[in-house]
Amino acid sequence: MTIIEARGVELAFGRTPALRGADLAVRAGEILAVMGPSGSGKSTLLHCLAGILVPQAGEIHFDGRRVDTLGENGRSALRRDRFGFVFQFGQLVPELTAEENVALPLLLAGTRREPALRAARAWFERLGLDGLERRRSGELSGGQAQRVALARGLVARPRVLFADEPTGSLDSLTGEQVMDLLVGSARAEGTTVVVVTHEARVAAYADREVIVRDGKVTSLVHP
Amino acid sequence: MSVPLTLLGLLEREPSHGYDLKRDYDTFFGRGKPLPFGQVYSTLGRLARDGKIVMNEAEPGDGPDRKRYVITEQGATEVNAWLAEPVTPEPNLQSILFSKVVLALMLERPAEDYLDAQRAAHLQRMRELTEIKRGGGLVDGLLADHGLFHLEADLRWIDTTVARLDALRREVRR
Repeated sequence: MTIIEARGVELAFGRTPALRGADLAVRAGEILAVMGPSGSGKSTLLHCLAGILVPQAGEIHFDGRRVDTLGENGRSALRRDRFGFVFQFGQLVPELTAEENVALPLLLAGTRREPALRAARAWFERLGLDGLERRRSGELSGGQAQRVALARGLVARPRVLFADEPTGSLDSLTGEQVMDLLVGSARAEGTTVVVVTHEARVAAYADREVIVRDGKVTSLVHP
Repeated sequence: MSVPLTLLGLLEREPSHGYDLKRDYDTFFGRGKPLPFGQVYSTLGRLARDGKIVMNEAEPGDGPDRKRYVITEQGATEVNAWLAEPVTPEPNLQSILFSKVVLALMLERPAEDYLDAQRAAHLQRMRELTEIKRGGGLVDGLLADHGLFHLEADLRWIDTTVARLDALRREVRR
């Protein structure tokens, strides 16, 4: 069953076309790697799928509903309630502790502080972060910060986790640990994952991969 | 994989029986391609003939094979030299794939599609190795890593070639 889909999506930044008729269907529960060279449009495609950017032509569907026709409030609610995000640089809020960062999606969705923090803390043990709950992002290593970001992406039990170069700022061993946790946690939760990466070793954790070239999506046919 | 030098290396660790050598070889080096007993003993025979190992007298025991093999100084020197010598880099590793790409361009065939098919095959293998890493122990994981890094290097070559296909097309069609 398809959970999220792009149909003929086009988007240009000024006169520079980023997507030129991108088609992509992601099945529920699958882990999909979106690969492609720099500037190919892969991150733009992820942002369109996630309702961050609105395409100038074409359609985005999530769970049978049009996303691209929703207003900013509707897309914002969708991102908050249904999607999780992990970016290349964890993008943790520096003023908050690690556990507050993880609890943030729940707090924004209206969960009271204590239950939200309790749910957040459960992820620390799961991701090997015990003892780091009260640290701020400046007191975490790159790998720890990215695991905190992963916990934040998953804490609200999203239907889809969007990850944009989640290991891009990490050394290869730490990056693999993060991918291992990401894939293991997503499978355990039944979360669909769309991960943008230019690294084959990261893509190898996915069930399937597509390549974005010149703003279009090519599916690789496996022998 | 050099079977004689690997067996010599195992014997440098400690004198062994043929059966133990085979078991250790299969555990660490065979990985799904066990060494036939016949090859173990024929290799040990050649190593003994060449003075790299000696056979101790048969010992009393339950099994049919109780001969212990011991490495000689000559054998140990050979193992040391082999270990210290870098493996010859293989710059022409891609020769088959490269030949296919050039021929495809010459014959106006879809070279990019061929490279995509190769990319898919490589990624599939990387996926299998990643699964082995995720589920296995350290030895399996490190062996899988070795394969993964090589496949990744091939994929970089494929990416670079795809990015330069137009230029290569002009070059080979002169």
